[in-house]
Amino acid sequence: MLFVDLCIQGVIQGAIYALIALGLTLVYGLLRILHVAHAALFTLGGYVGVLVTNGSGSFLLALMTAMLVVGVVGMSSYTIIYKPLLNRTPLIALIASIGIFIASEELFRIFFGAYGLSYVSPPLQVQIEILPGISLSQARILVVILAVGLLSGVGWLAINTRMGIAARATVVDPQIAASSGVNVEIIRYGSFFIGSAFAGAAGVMVSLLNNLVEPTMGAVPSYKALAIIVLGGLGSVRGALIASLALGIIESFGTIYVGHLLDRDSIAFAFLIMVLMVRPQGLLVRG
Amino acid sequence: MTYEIVVLTNMAIAVLFALSLNVITGFCGQVSLGHAAFLGIGAYTSAMLSKAGVPIVITFIPAMGMAALIGLIVGVASLRVRHDFLAITTMGVVFLFTGIVRKQELLGGEIGIAGIPAPDFGRIGLLMTSLLCVLAYLLFTIWIRRSWTGFAFDSISEDEDTATLLGINVPKFKLFAFIVGTAGAGLAGALYAHQVRFIGPDSFGFVESISVLAMVIVGGIGSIWGVILSAAFLSALPQFFQVIDDYKLLVYGLLLFGAMRFAPDGIDGLLRKVSRWRAVK
Repeated sequence: MLFVDLCIQGVIQGAIYALIALGLTLVYGLLRILHVAHAALFTLGGYVGVLVTNGSGSFLLALMTAMLVVGVVGMSSYTIIYKPLLNRTPLIALIASIGIFIASEELFRIFFGAYGLSYVSPPLQVQIEILPGISLSQARILVVILAVGLLSGVGWLAINTRMGIAARATVVDPQIAASSGVNVEIIRYGSFFIGSAFAGAAGVMVSLLNNLVEPTMGAVPSYKALAIIVLGGLGSVRGALIASLALGIIESFGTIYVGHLLDRDSIAFAFLIMVLMVRPQGLLVRG
Repeated sequence: MTYEIVVLTNMAIAVLFALSLNVITGFCGQVSLGHAAFLGIGAYTSAMLSKAGVPIVITFIPAMGMAALIGLIVGVASLRVRHDFLAITTMGVVFLFTGIVRKQELLGGEIGIAGIPAPDFGRIGLLMTSLLCVLAYLLFTIWIRRSWTGFAFDSISEDEDTATLLGINVPKFKLFAFIVGTAGAGLAGALYAHQVRFIGPDSFGFVESISVLAMVIVGGIGSIWGVILSAAFLSALPQFFQVIDDYKLLVYGLLLFGAMRFAPDGIDGLLRKVSRWRAVK
């Protein structure tokens, strides 16, 4: 029973990681930049979710608003942070991104207070029995459904639409794509929008699961998501999704079985380092 | 007077720490997001030994040795990965370090090590020792820069494959950079342990690793004098900002962003611009 329980916990955690990591891996594929400030967008999503739910009473509205707002803020992060630094070494953009992330935690604290916000009446708390003896709250089930739905939606777009084909071409070679008539800037803005919106959705869901948003909520995703996309092979979307799920499950088992030796974060990174020693290019190669 | 001495000692330690990362990231071009782990290894080694009664200055040697040994192991592992993979692997090292320390009763666990003996030569003595260490390490890095090794480092940081093609033994030089850099961090850690006299896993985490990388990049990657200036400035920054304590991190974050956005070549780049402008005039 414990085994099944840990698997389910791992899948839920993995679904959250996957929603966050998608944006990061899209940005890496297009710009070769480690976008640390992405985690600030995740936190922003959590705040929008709580504020709109408490204000309007509708969780669905809150989720949609959060995705929209965070998506737009994500697009502006491209204009403000990365666009002027594209022809510099990626390290410069990385430090700029870290700077923005540090500043954003402080902004959240100044605007919304240091102790965080909670849902007045948390929605989706009804327990549903999914397997005999195992019941989960609706919120937890929604996390998995949302992740599967959103991610397969993007997968469908990438394979079946002209825009998706253009986006994949831009990842492989921006210059050739541009000379074949692809508007690279639109692809970049679109990717930032989708990736950020998904991170916003993940933020809303995490804020619901913990019934809390606080300024430092993005700290863990800021580095964990980097580990995930590196594990997945940097820029490979499929690799990042597999890595998210793997890391979620390994963490949930690890904290039970080797928790007395290593904490959660070090289990994740020990796994990362072991994989990289065997496969220095990550699980899957970009493409 | 004590306050000024403490601030100056902190600055000296930060400069030493930043110079040590400058060897790995600046000279040899290997990005490290986990340099604070080696500061920690030095600090823990030195603190444990000096609590056991070993004279402080003697503990510096095993502190450097231990950091360099682990640095060598990490270096060997790092030879397999490149660029961003390397950056994230080194980031993993810092999480492994704090994760292991947290769970080890022997190392004080979550609480850390308190009651590290004060140096018997007093605060001014510690400041002088720190300055001597900085000076020694500085001269050593200048010597490296000007030697054949420095040229080899340059070529590796420019283009690893071409360096290999030219017959440079890339792994050997990378490992040398790792050993020199991590030993320097270990020394800075030993000084740090006796300066604050209390260390815990939180003093050597990811945030510290980023701040030292920021010092190197704001200084201008690879520039010795730029890195010294920026490390001294950024480490003293929180002291200037006491008045706006609440907004300290906001200002720090925006400063990092602003520096990258408007002066991506760092202090070194700014100084060069000024001197060129003077020459034209």
